[in-house]
Amino acid sequence: MNLTLKIWRQKDSKAKGQMVDYKVTDISEHMSFLEMMDVLNEQLVNSGEEPVAFDHDCREGICGMCSMYINGEAHGPDRGVTTCQLHMRMFNDGDTITIEPFRAAAFPVIKDLVVDRMAFERIQQAGGYISVNTSGNTQDANSIPISKHAADEAMDAATCIGCGACVASCKNSSAMLFVGAKVSQYALLPQGQVEAVDRVKNMVAQMDLEGFGNCTNTGACEVECPKGISLENIARMNREYLSATLKG
Amino acid sequence: MALDSKVPKGSIKDKWTDYKNHIDLVNPANKRHIDVIVVGTGLAGGSAAATLAELGYNVKAFAYQDSPRRAHSIAAQGGINAAKNYQGDGDSTYRLFYDTVKGGDYRSREANVYRLAEVSANIIDQCVAQGVPFARDYGGLLDNRSFGGVLVSRTFYAKGQTGQQLLLGAYSAMNRQIARGKIEMFNRHEMLDVVIVDGKARGIIARNLITGEIERHSAHAVVVGSGGYGNVYFLSTNAMGSNATAAWKIHKKGAYFANPCYTQIHPTCIPRSGDYQSKLTLMSESLRNDGRIWVPKNMEDVMAIREGRKKPTDLSEDERDYYLERRYPAFGNLVPRDVASRAAKERCDAGYGVNATGEAVYLDFASAFERYGREQAKIHNITNPSDEKIYELGQAIVEAKYGNLFQMYEKIIDQNPYKTPMMIYPAVHYTMGGVWVDYNLMTTIPGCYCIGEANFSDHGANRLGASALMQGLADGYFVLPYTIGDYLSDDIRTGKIPTDTKEFDEAEKEVSDRINFFVNNKGTKSVDYFHKKLGKVMWDKAGMSRNAEGLIEAMAEIKAIREEFWKDVSVPGTADEMNPELEKAGRVADFLELGELFAKDALMREESCGGHFREESAELDGPQKGEAKRNDEDFAFVAAWEYKGEPANAVLHKEELEFKDIELKQRSYK
Repeated sequence: MNLTLKIWRQKDSKAKGQMVDYKVTDISEHMSFLEMMDVLNEQLVNSGEEPVAFDHDCREGICGMCSMYINGEAHGPDRGVTTCQLHMRMFNDGDTITIEPFRAAAFPVIKDLVVDRMAFERIQQAGGYISVNTSGNTQDANSIPISKHAADEAMDAATCIGCGACVASCKNSSAMLFVGAKVSQYALLPQGQVEAVDRVKNMVAQMDLEGFGNCTNTGACEVECPKGISLENIARMNREYLSATLKG
Repeated sequence: MALDSKVPKGSIKDKWTDYKNHIDLVNPANKRHIDVIVVGTGLAGGSAAATLAELGYNVKAFAYQDSPRRAHSIAAQGGINAAKNYQGDGDSTYRLFYDTVKGGDYRSREANVYRLAEVSANIIDQCVAQGVPFARDYGGLLDNRSFGGVLVSRTFYAKGQTGQQLLLGAYSAMNRQIARGKIEMFNRHEMLDVVIVDGKARGIIARNLITGEIERHSAHAVVVGSGGYGNVYFLSTNAMGSNATAAWKIHKKGAYFANPCYTQIHPTCIPRSGDYQSKLTLMSESLRNDGRIWVPKNMEDVMAIREGRKKPTDLSEDERDYYLERRYPAFGNLVPRDVASRAAKERCDAGYGVNATGEAVYLDFASAFERYGREQAKIHNITNPSDEKIYELGQAIVEAKYGNLFQMYEKIIDQNPYKTPMMIYPAVHYTMGGVWVDYNLMTTIPGCYCIGEANFSDHGANRLGASALMQGLADGYFVLPYTIGDYLSDDIRTGKIPTDTKEFDEAEKEVSDRINFFVNNKGTKSVDYFHKKLGKVMWDKAGMSRNAEGLIEAMAEIKAIREEFWKDVSVPGTADEMNPELEKAGRVADFLELGELFAKDALMREESCGGHFREESAELDGPQKGEAKRNDEDFAFVAAWEYKGEPANAVLHKEELEFKDIELKQRSYK
């Protein structure tokens, strides 16, 4: 298929960006979206132009590095996938595809389609861990039985890949789904109880400090999340937060 | 320099304990004055950085990704081994040790492997304490699954995302230390050289990948945990950015590189579909617990399937060749990876491949749906269930176990694997070879350590499934933090290492010169052009099976590609900005050297062992006819190569392998 691409180009964080049109031809429907971008970049390199910078790494939907906003949707039109798992069979010959970086005040653009997601790092540093020593002098793993249900739910929350699609999809640029997933993973496990009060307070405080917006329950984040993280995690975080504030 | 593995004396069971009891320690007050650099933040680097910081050292950690959590360990699916014997099926430290040495085709160092097995149980305790949500059974206890090459269930897992969960555990431990200021994290930074002062590794030169700035970082020791070099094949299951640069740079500065030819070609990957393909995707080996591998028995059926006249589900049981079950009745579909991969290649080379490229075999779950379905019907007291009901119940169980893998397959291939068998083909996945290290995990450069996949030590010539995660975390959490203390105890009075010295000047100049060369070369061909060309030579001549003629050609061809690369590579953009093409150029330049050493090593090793199958060395008759033939008399050694300029001139040093606790046998899975 032949396609027209409208891509955001921006030299660096300080430069002003703009949309630029490109054409690609003979794109196979079996290609992944990023392989289509590789074709474009090879074309640009061969004609002496600078290729489009975009984040990507594992190309199997787990590292959370890729981050494009395609035709107005984070990770593009398919559901339950990251951009690297999006395939060209989702598009038609002759289509014009708009490709932008994730947009949010807390995710400044570094270059072209690459954004800075360090805000997520700082939120996790604020409490996204259990304070055990890594020396291995812990109790036997089976000495804390955990119900299968709780373990499975914690696992569902823990599958978050930290890509930021939730923030990019939210009209308020809220990070509640991401933080909710992190808080929930520990809230659901007995190991996480000891520090539960401080954890939720500190992570939420950091989230606010980073300039993410509030949640107004539109649910766009859940729809666009490549890992299907549920809104229940936001509700659970709100409960945890409320109970933490009441406990002082 | 003679290789000294520094394996402690004493019986294998006591070596590690005795060693820990007698090493020098650094007291907590002094650790504050010692800096350690950790390059790479996967399971090995991440767990090492967290533990060293927790012990009190000042750690500087480097990742080329925008977060430590994105290192490629995250993509490991199936699980992590540990000799817990929770299933009561006869597992023990010795048995895990034995399986790993045997699985590695008797080419690993016994003492290292025993230590790995010994600390394995502790890893699970550690990870559970960190909140890693491992799969559990209905009683609330940890669940296990079985992996290739073993007869017990010792693999712990978190759905098909075990690597992700373990890495997030290590990452959370890092975050705790970053928050305390004990780890200084350098995201989007790439190490481009190691700095050696008075014979010791004392720092690195790194490039800030956002600004292009070249930075100097000093430390009392440098730890490289930068992963494997599978991308030397261009197509592999590695991440796009996975590279050998850090490992190769230390090799060029004096670290010997061991067994480069030991590559793992993983049997269950999604087959390639076209020339544009940028990477291959793995389907976890755990699928072989429940999937059966087959091709049609008759060539007419193969043709009918390729032309779309027949579907795989049209073939009856007698029309199918379950070749692994036929050839290896004892282990069946759970033979080790090297054996499974070669068997798939054998069938496809004979013309039985089931897709248009002729490079695919089926992985079929029909009998698992049936088996689980019947079991569930019994559990739920459903009498006389219909076939549909059985299928439905069975599918639900398979979905719970491998749902994300089935979804991934469907997204890529656009076929529903619950309805039709998956197609799979072997792909490059892991490299057992790597930087040579002694028992302390120190390279031949004093103060320079190498851990995880980047080193060579624990898997011999073939790695068993679910052992990579085990080794990465064992090295980082439990081994290196002890061994590095012994070395650093001499540095308590050294003080901060200055970076305004001639050693740093020289290293930085070398790095800058190379970068400037690339951006000013103005050649006519892209970096990928050369990388793909290298990959093709590697796959065709140093892939699943190798022969002397092909390897000699490969060496010459790689050298020619390298020369053309340095003349004609084109790198757009400038040095002082984010420039992904420039990053790739540096990595491919290193692969173009490593590839040639790889072929040289494979040529030298005139035996078949593990992932290295030399066509000249196969069993000619008897029950093992056609199987790999190892030569313990001449090749029971680690091949450690010393850099001497051109890869062809590398000098071989041998570390003879002694097997005192395990008898060397032919590795039979029949």
